[in-house]
Amino acid sequence: MKPLLERVHDGPVVVADGAMGSLLMSRGLEPGASPEGLNLSSPDTLRDVAAAYFEAGAELVQTNTFGGSALKLALYGLDDRTEEINRRAVEAVRSVVTDRAYVSGSCGPCGRMLEPYGDVTETEMHEGFARQASAMAEAGVDVICVETMTDVREAAIAISAAREAAPGTPVMATMTFDPTPRGFYTIMGVDIPSAVSGLLQAGADIVGSNCGNGSGNMVDIAREFREHTDAPMLIQPNAGMPETVDGEVVYRETPEFMAERAVELVALGVNIVGGCCGTTPAHIRALASALRAG
Amino acid sequence: MDILAQIATELESGGDEKVRELTRAALDSSIAPSTILNDGLIAGMDVVGNRFRDHEIFLPDVLLAARAMNAGLEILEPLLGESDTTSRGKIVIGTVKGDLHDIGKNLVGIMLSGAGFDVIDLGKDVAPARFVEAARDSGAGVIGMSALLTTTMPAMKEVVTLLEQEGLRESVRTIIGGAPVTEEYARDIGADEYGFDAANAVERVRSLLRS
Repeated sequence: MKPLLERVHDGPVVVADGAMGSLLMSRGLEPGASPEGLNLSSPDTLRDVAAAYFEAGAELVQTNTFGGSALKLALYGLDDRTEEINRRAVEAVRSVVTDRAYVSGSCGPCGRMLEPYGDVTETEMHEGFARQASAMAEAGVDVICVETMTDVREAAIAISAAREAAPGTPVMATMTFDPTPRGFYTIMGVDIPSAVSGLLQAGADIVGSNCGNGSGNMVDIAREFREHTDAPMLIQPNAGMPETVDGEVVYRETPEFMAERAVELVALGVNIVGGCCGTTPAHIRALASALRAG
Repeated sequence: MDILAQIATELESGGDEKVRELTRAALDSSIAPSTILNDGLIAGMDVVGNRFRDHEIFLPDVLLAARAMNAGLEILEPLLGESDTTSRGKIVIGTVKGDLHDIGKNLVGIMLSGAGFDVIDLGKDVAPARFVEAARDSGAGVIGMSALLTTTMPAMKEVVTLLEQEGLRESVRTIIGGAPVTEEYARDIGADEYGFDAANAVERVRSLLRS
């Protein structure tokens, strides 16, 4: 297997996996429990999810470490097990995909806000992300994926922490935007040009967007990213906003709809396409088949 | 610019030190504490709420404005009489059981305080019984519940059911919100109102307490 950056450079598009949380819930994760706690108690579940996405055609499979930074784990009293939680997550995915797919170490927001509008210092935040990145790198992750960021300062801290703690491991970074009458902004007020420059300056190799408001919006977001950078791009839309029908939560975007948007994304020069909340192995299968046909 | 307008302007830009100074200066020039609260702090927070709703400013700006509001409130609170503080009503808020996401809930709390409501914030991961207890003990007219996860939303229904069982359904009204929550969901579970964002939540709470 080529190193990921070489693979991305040489093309064709890399298909990534879909949502993690919803599959964990359907396999017994209790609401309110730490999803990363499963890495200690139930590695079989992690292997199941990784296998489902790998078999659906994902060439890049994420670890169950979205909330695996030390600050986030502290909310569940699990921060002293940061290293073990992250290592086990990488090992579980690797044992399924071996060298047939890339293992991407997910790194989501730490759950607290930076000073002055929050109560966390840059140093504390950096330390929390560095512990996570270092553990994932030691376990042999192929790339660290800083994702669902809304504060470009937090994203930059996570990226530089990964750069320092895991030298030699590439870093991808994606932010989550909402459509507003004045264009796309994160809830923290970051627009696309600021995201592009902030993420790249902090040292990200691959930049882009994830989650958000469905794959239709992501086509517009990707287009705007491309106006500002030639850097490799990663896009992982959710399957639309969740809605409730007869008490059940549904995401409206079908695998077919999302696969059509994925073709548009690749035409805009997106290098890695996968899914976020509400996407399933069926979405990834449809996406892989549409992209590999194209 | 008169001093109350200055307080509002400084609050809007998050100048907590300035708001503190100006609030003291306003008291020194014998302006009534309730006037400083309504025409200075709350007036400023109103503008912040509207500009946030219109996507002109973002979360960090609101959080800084809230900090400035609190700087002024700390000075005024001991001076405000009962009649000044209880005029707009009391509301209990929290993020529901199993859910640790509180940014949205905090924002709604800020906006409600900013609009002059007396807010009792129970925090996150709040069990249904605690919502009901807090409302009964405090005499609050409204319970506001927030959830970010589709899996924790059902806890909202438990609160509504519990209110019914305790015979409080009419005296304590309910409003729900959060990213996956919808108007339809509110109707389905029998909640009285749904707030689609923080500014809207304040409007809906106003109308609940009026009715």
